[in-house]
Amino acid sequence: MAIWIEEDAKVLVQGITGKQGQFHADKMVEYGTQIVGGCTPGKGGQSVDLQGKAFPVWDSMFEAIEATDADATVIYVPPPFAAEAIMEAADAFDSIKGEGVVVCITEGIPTLDMVKAVAFVENRPGVRLIGPNCPGIITPGDGGGAKIGIMPGHIHAKGRIGIVSKSGTLTYEAVAQTMSIDEGQSTCVGIGGDPVNGTGFIECLAAFEADEQTQAIVMIGEIGGNAEQEAAAWAAENVTKPIVGFVAGATAPPGKRMGHAGAIISGGKGTAEEKFAAFEAAGIACAKDPSELGSVLLESLKKAGLR
Amino acid sequence: MNIHEYQGKALLKANGVPVLEGVHCMTVEDALAAYDQLGSKVVAVKSQIHAGGRGKGTLYHPESRAHVMDGGVKIAFSRDEVNTYATNILGNVLVTIQTGDEGKIVNNLYVEAGCDIAHEYYLAILVDRENKSVLIMASTEGGMDIEHVAETTPEKIHKISVDPNAGLLGYQKRDLALALGLTGAAHKSFGKALSSMYSMFVASDCAMLEINPLVKTADEQIVALDAKVSFDENAEFRHKSWDELRDLSEEEDVEIRAKETGLSYVKLDGNIGCLVNGAGLAMATMDVIKLYGGEPANFLDVGGGANEEQVKTAFSIILEDPNVKGILVNIFGGIMRCDIIARGVIAATEALDLDVPLVVRLAGTNVDEGKAILAASDLNIHPADDLAEGAQRIVELIGGAA
Repeated sequence: MAIWIEEDAKVLVQGITGKQGQFHADKMVEYGTQIVGGCTPGKGGQSVDLQGKAFPVWDSMFEAIEATDADATVIYVPPPFAAEAIMEAADAFDSIKGEGVVVCITEGIPTLDMVKAVAFVENRPGVRLIGPNCPGIITPGDGGGAKIGIMPGHIHAKGRIGIVSKSGTLTYEAVAQTMSIDEGQSTCVGIGGDPVNGTGFIECLAAFEADEQTQAIVMIGEIGGNAEQEAAAWAAENVTKPIVGFVAGATAPPGKRMGHAGAIISGGKGTAEEKFAAFEAAGIACAKDPSELGSVLLESLKKAGLR
Repeated sequence: MNIHEYQGKALLKANGVPVLEGVHCMTVEDALAAYDQLGSKVVAVKSQIHAGGRGKGTLYHPESRAHVMDGGVKIAFSRDEVNTYATNILGNVLVTIQTGDEGKIVNNLYVEAGCDIAHEYYLAILVDRENKSVLIMASTEGGMDIEHVAETTPEKIHKISVDPNAGLLGYQKRDLALALGLTGAAHKSFGKALSSMYSMFVASDCAMLEINPLVKTADEQIVALDAKVSFDENAEFRHKSWDELRDLSEEEDVEIRAKETGLSYVKLDGNIGCLVNGAGLAMATMDVIKLYGGEPANFLDVGGGANEEQVKTAFSIILEDPNVKGILVNIFGGIMRCDIIARGVIAATEALDLDVPLVVRLAGTNVDEGKAILAASDLNIHPADDLAEGAQRIVELIGGAA
C-alpha cells in the first residue's frame, strides 16, 4: 500500500500534445508509470509518441476515462485554461467512476479561478485534487512505480517514509536525505505553493497515519498562511507515527512574495518562527537546515524503535 | 500588484461605489487648480504612495533628509493651505511605518473634496486561504489599524465567507449591515456599495480591496474615503488595463527586469548572493546561510527549466548589488540537468569576469557530469556536496560570519 496512488495506477495526461505535457509524459513512461493516453481538446484521434510507443489522445476527459478506466490525471495546461481542466477532470471522474485523483502541475493560475475550482472539486467527494503549482505525487515501486508529475524519478526508492511538502526542489532534497540514511519513500506528495489549493497537509498526514507501508513522515512547509500550524495541532492529537519537519523562509522579509504566490508574510502572520514553534509544540522533530533532515529522521526512527 | 488610492477610487467609481470628488495631481499648480475646480471649502491633500500609514507619516527632503512636515495626508481649509501642503509633499520623501526608514518619494497627489462624517467603518474583501473562499471583513472601528482591533477587540470584527457557487447573498449583506448597526437609508446604501465592491473584487481579480475608512455621511450615505487595491498578478493575462495602472517607480527596477527574464528575485540586505532552483529551496538556502553566520543578499529562483542564458542573467543581476561579496549556487537538478548548470556557471563567470568567491553545490540529475565539468575548469569555483557545507564554505570565504 501507499497513499492515493498505487504503483500500477493508470494515468492520463491533460495537455499531452503541448511541449511540457509531452516532455514530462515521456519521463513518466520512462520511469514506469502506466500512462494510458492523454487529452487535448481539438486533437482527439491523434497519437503521441512516448519512449517509442504511440499513446492515444482524446478530445474530452469523459471520452478518455470511458476508454481507459484511468485512476488519475495530471495537468500540464497553461494558466488561463488550467482551472477549467481541473473541473473537467473532476466532473468526468465523478460521473464515470465516482472517484479519481487530479494532479495539477501548472503554476500561475489566478487565485479566484482556484477558489471556484476547489469548490467544484469539493462538491465531488470521491475526487482528490493535488496542487496546483506543485511537483506532483510519486509512489516508488519495486521496479518503476507511479510518478505523476515533474520530479526526477531516479532519486527515489520504495520504502516506508511518507513525504509531504509545499515546495518542489525542497521535496527532492528531503527525498535525498531519506536515501542518505538508507530509507526509501512510501509516497511523496507536493501540495504546492499557491494560496488556494486542493489537498492540504492534514489530509496527507491522515492518509500516512492510516497507511501500513508508511512508518514515519517528513513534512516541509514554508512561510505564508497557517496550514502548517493547523496541521501540527492536528498531528499532536491524531498522528502516532514520528514526524520530522522543516519550514523554509526564516530569513524572508515581510510583505514580499518569495517566488511562490502563497509564500508571503502578511500582517506579521505566517512566519517561519511561528511555524517551527507550532511544530515543536506538537512534538514534531525539527531540522533547522534541510541537510540535517536525514540525521533528525534517523534519530526519530531510533527513538520509535524503528532502527 | 498594488495601485494608488486615486486609481483605486476611479475603479470603485466605475463600479458604482460612492466616492468623493477628487483630482489626481502631479504639480502644485495642478493641486491649486483642483482646489478651484472642486469648489469645496475643505479638501484633503493626500500623498499617493504604495504604503499604509500615510496620515501618521513624516516628510523629509530627499537629499538633505531635513524634516519638512508631519503627516502625509492633510486637511486644507484654504487655497493657501493647499499650496503649502502640496509644496511640502511633492518631490519629498514620505516615511511611514510600512515604508522602512528609506521612505518613498511622493510623485503623485490626490486632492479630494471634504464631507460631513457621521461614523467611520472598516471594510475589506480578500481571499481567505484557510476557507478557500472570498472573505468580507467589516468593523465599526474604522480609521484605525485593523490588526490592533483584531488583537484587542476581536468581537468588533464581523466576517462573511462567500460561497463561490452562490456568490454574495442578500441575507449576508443585511446581516453585516445590522452587525455594524446600520439602519434606514444607510443600511440600504451599505448593501448597494457592498454588492458593487464584491463584483469589482471578482471582475478585477483583486487580491485585496480595503476601505479604511468607509464612512457614513451626515445624510446617511455610505462613501469610500480611502481605497487600498491590489491585484492578483497571476490574472494579469486577462487584464490588459493593468499596464497603465502599474507605477514602476514603486517597484525595484532589478526585480522587474528579473521577472521579464523568467527569474524570481527579491533583494535583501546581506552580502552573500544566492542562485537557486525552486522557491522553497531558495528560501531554505537563505535560511542556512544565516544559520552559519552569513547574511543573504537576495532571494533568487531560476525556475525549473533554466538555460545557460538565464543562469548568466541571474549572475549579472546578483552582481549588480554592490554589497555582494560572494555567491552560493545551490541546484537540485530535476528537470534541470546539473551538467547544463555547470556549463552555464562557467560561461557566466568567464563573461562577467567574476571576482568574488563562488561556491557551487550540485545534486540530482547528471550531478557527476556537472561536478566533473566544474572540476576541469581552471576557474576559482569551490564545490560543495550539500547545502550546509556550501553555506559554511561561502561564509568562510568572504571572511567569516557577519
